[in-house]
Amino acid sequence: MSDIVAFNSVAEEAAPKAQAQRVLAGPRGAKPRRALSGRNIMIYGTLVVVALYYLLPLYVMVMTSLKGMPEIRLGNIFAPPVEITFEPWVKAWASACTGLNCDGLSRGFWNSVRITVPSTLVSIAIASVNGYALANWRFKGAELFFTILIVGAFIPYQVMIYPIVIVLREMGIYGTLTGLIIVHTIFGMPILTLLFRNYFAGLPEELFKAARVDGAGFWTIYFKIMLPMSLPIFVVAMILQVTGIWNDFLFGVVFTRPEYYPMTVQLNNIVNSVQGVKEYNVNMAATILTGAVPLFVYFVSGRLFVRGIAAGAVKG
Amino acid sequence: MQNVSVSVKDLSLSFGAVTVLDTLNLDIKDGEFLVLLGSSGCGKSTLLNCIAGLLDVSDGQIFIKNKNVTWEEPKDRGIGMVFQSYALYPQMSVEKNLSFGLQVAKVPKEEIDKRVSRAAEILQIQPLLKRKPSELSGGQRQRVAIGRALVRDVDVFLFDEPLSNLDAKLRSELRVEIKRLHQSLKNTMIYVTHDQIEALTLADRIAVMKSGVIQQLADPMTIYNAPENLFVAGFIGSPSMNFFRGELQLRDQRAYVHVNGVDFDVSAYPSRAPFVNGQKVVLGLRPEHVRVDETASGAQASHRATVDIEEPMGADNLLWLKLAGQSMSVRIAGQRRYAPGTAVTLSFDMAVASIFDATSENRL
Amino acid sequence: MAGHTQSSGRPNQWLRNLNAKIASVPMILTAVVIFLGGTIWTVVYSFTNSKLLPRLTFVGFDQYERLWDAPRWLVSVQNLAIYGIFSLIFSLVIGFVLAALMDQKIRFENTFRTIMLYPFALSFIVTGLVWQWLLNPEFGIQSVVRSLGWETFTFDPLYNADIVIYGILIAALWQGTGLVMCLMLAGLRGIDEDIWKAARVDGIPMWKTYIFVIIPMMRGVFITTLVIIASGIVKVYDLVVAQTSGGPGIASEVPAKYVYDYMFQAQNLGQGFAASTMMLITVAIIIVPWAYLEFGGGRKRV
Repeated sequence: MSDIVAFNSVAEEAAPKAQAQRVLAGPRGAKPRRALSGRNIMIYGTLVVVALYYLLPLYVMVMTSLKGMPEIRLGNIFAPPVEITFEPWVKAWASACTGLNCDGLSRGFWNSVRITVPSTLVSIAIASVNGYALANWRFKGAELFFTILIVGAFIPYQVMIYPIVIVLREMGIYGTLTGLIIVHTIFGMPILTLLFRNYFAGLPEELFKAARVDGAGFWTIYFKIMLPMSLPIFVVAMILQVTGIWNDFLFGVVFTRPEYYPMTVQLNNIVNSVQGVKEYNVNMAATILTGAVPLFVYFVSGRLFVRGIAAGAVKG
Repeated sequence: MQNVSVSVKDLSLSFGAVTVLDTLNLDIKDGEFLVLLGSSGCGKSTLLNCIAGLLDVSDGQIFIKNKNVTWEEPKDRGIGMVFQSYALYPQMSVEKNLSFGLQVAKVPKEEIDKRVSRAAEILQIQPLLKRKPSELSGGQRQRVAIGRALVRDVDVFLFDEPLSNLDAKLRSELRVEIKRLHQSLKNTMIYVTHDQIEALTLADRIAVMKSGVIQQLADPMTIYNAPENLFVAGFIGSPSMNFFRGELQLRDQRAYVHVNGVDFDVSAYPSRAPFVNGQKVVLGLRPEHVRVDETASGAQASHRATVDIEEPMGADNLLWLKLAGQSMSVRIAGQRRYAPGTAVTLSFDMAVASIFDATSENRL
Repeated sequence: MAGHTQSSGRPNQWLRNLNAKIASVPMILTAVVIFLGGTIWTVVYSFTNSKLLPRLTFVGFDQYERLWDAPRWLVSVQNLAIYGIFSLIFSLVIGFVLAALMDQKIRFENTFRTIMLYPFALSFIVTGLVWQWLLNPEFGIQSVVRSLGWETFTFDPLYNADIVIYGILIAALWQGTGLVMCLMLAGLRGIDEDIWKAARVDGIPMWKTYIFVIIPMMRGVFITTLVIIASGIVKVYDLVVAQTSGGPGIASEVPAKYVYDYMFQAQNLGQGFAASTMMLITVAIIIVPWAYLEFGGGRKRV
């Protein structure tokens, strides 16, 4: 420092003052940020374009479903309806034909409810107890069965479908809702068990020990200690199961009789039925109706859904 | 035998090929405060979990109040347990936490209320009874956790590192409270910790553990003053004991430990067996058992050292010195300062030193 | 210690932990009977000449020879290969780029994520039908572009046997990339902030940091995502059924559909079993090396 001062005083007497002023005049305070930098335009531009791509099909679905058939034949699919009509929705719900019958999607909807609700409850009940036993009450061989179960999650369904058909037929429940509920419970088990096992294993082990010292047994600890602490994971499991089972197609076709076909199967039969004139507006209304339940679950659950699918991505 | 509260006989535990506890024997007297001390992985918590019945033993027996409880469920052993993470049931109020075990055991309602209010009174947590654990501070939580053991009206309390999750100030407060609790209840308490201060301050006896084996079982002062082996000597005390590896030399009716050309006169050491000339030994000197003089006095002139680093700690001052070619620490009371480079003279009280055989590492 | 009374006998080994064992019965049954038993059953019966009903008349590799002679199976396998390779590459690349963009501390992150992920909540049937409509040459994208003046514009993948599988690919990517983006984003978020700070202090450009530092660090996420995508690819079925029903002709057939059709419609069980065993082998080829890397090789988890 003294060197600089010495140098400056030799050069000019006013120099130190000028330098001091220069220091004061330099950058100071918050660094200016341009909201519209090239980088930001690129990032947001890309994201907006991508978002439009993702939204486009939903938009087209809704627009098409609100148009009459004449307008569809004339106009383009992206144009909003000139004359909004809810006729296609009513028809899709109540009177669209599948080739077998003409009572629309409503039948499939109620079938799906009758399949999804018990399947979700039963599969979660069983898997949560399984996961709890695996996490806290390990017994010899438990890990082996669990490993088979997890490996099984990767086996294509097609490999196991026929043996299950035989088992269900032997039990006399092939083609019934009960049979389908069992199938959903079986195929939901690997991922749900893993989910619950990891969750329960992540809870402090000392809680479990404390409860044992307090004299609580297997079921008391499950119902009184573990359940009340595990609400989030049950919600995640429910999201996973409700969307998964609602969206299922394969099991619905294979394991039920036509009168029990779930909504997805019903929808496919309506849209892809070869008889009659194609009514695209009705088809799109039916498609939205079928997607509505999982979409509703998705938008309501938000972050939990992300957690659920991250876990459930491994599923079948 | 009558006053033995908890007795562990030839206890072994192994997970597969890993032996965690090895034929361990331990008798704990009625009303005794026993601390299991050791670093993590030494098996102390495992031993406690075995006593609690939370882990199945591979071999051996456990007796509580002269009853063989080796295969009993935890609840039937007459124990209460306090955990490091408190392990309070998060969804239950404090009151519910305290009464849960009693409800499971179907104790009558009036009796539950009586016990809960008594425990709350002892621990001064009556105002917290309606709260949830999440609304409590760490210290309050641990108090509730102790209360949960208290209401069980048991003979033996097990503590698994109960203070490790608390900050330093709370830890010393609760330490005093646990000691007070023990003095008034006079229950048997088994307390696991890795903190030697807790062990020394609380224990009637300390069991120092390493690799699943009890290294020494004695009262705190014996552990501190006369450690049974090199491990215990190094484990207890902070900063730890200074060790000098050398050779015993007997000459002129006196005994010396010869270390790197420096002789330590250990004639005053209360050896259990006669010294053997030429024996390889380790001399252990606690930092606080060294006297420092700035003037060179004649008698101990050979122990000259230079101050290397000074660490003033307020109440006392820690000096790092070079002696016999190695670094050693010395603790001096008060605030007397020593600048690095100061030449000092050291003198030792060999009556409180420790000498270990270099190969067996056991105390001589 | 002779005076001590032995109050409790050692509980029977089978009765120990009894409740846990009872609770695990469904899991054990599923694992052993359905997953293990069912798989073995199918593999065994793939060597028989079962037609309408399963019969234990072994015919060696007959079913497999017939399978690999069938044009429909060959088309299915070829389709699966094209669909698989492209959907792996595109979903990984697009998913990662989107995740990297989302990781730039942008505003409206939640909105963007919600938009990109919603297709994943939908059934493959719904996805297939929407894209069937969008790709409809008479009314869909092709007609819209033509009406804008580009009269010769042709984009009718669902009606052109040569490119129909790409039409399915578009729909699959629309549904699946959001998930890949989410997995990648989680991976990016899992990377220590200090890595970015260090790279910034060292003056390493962002794209270089991504390629040479971040992506190698995300090896585990990439592998997991790869396995998830790959095992989904092998099972692709509903989408094809909804979008094209395997048409035009057999141009968009896939193995999973082959299995279903032979088992439940053509009533040729042996073919169905052989084809499903081939699917099992394909999955095994993907899963076994991954499982070995992930859980075998010294338990080194990334």
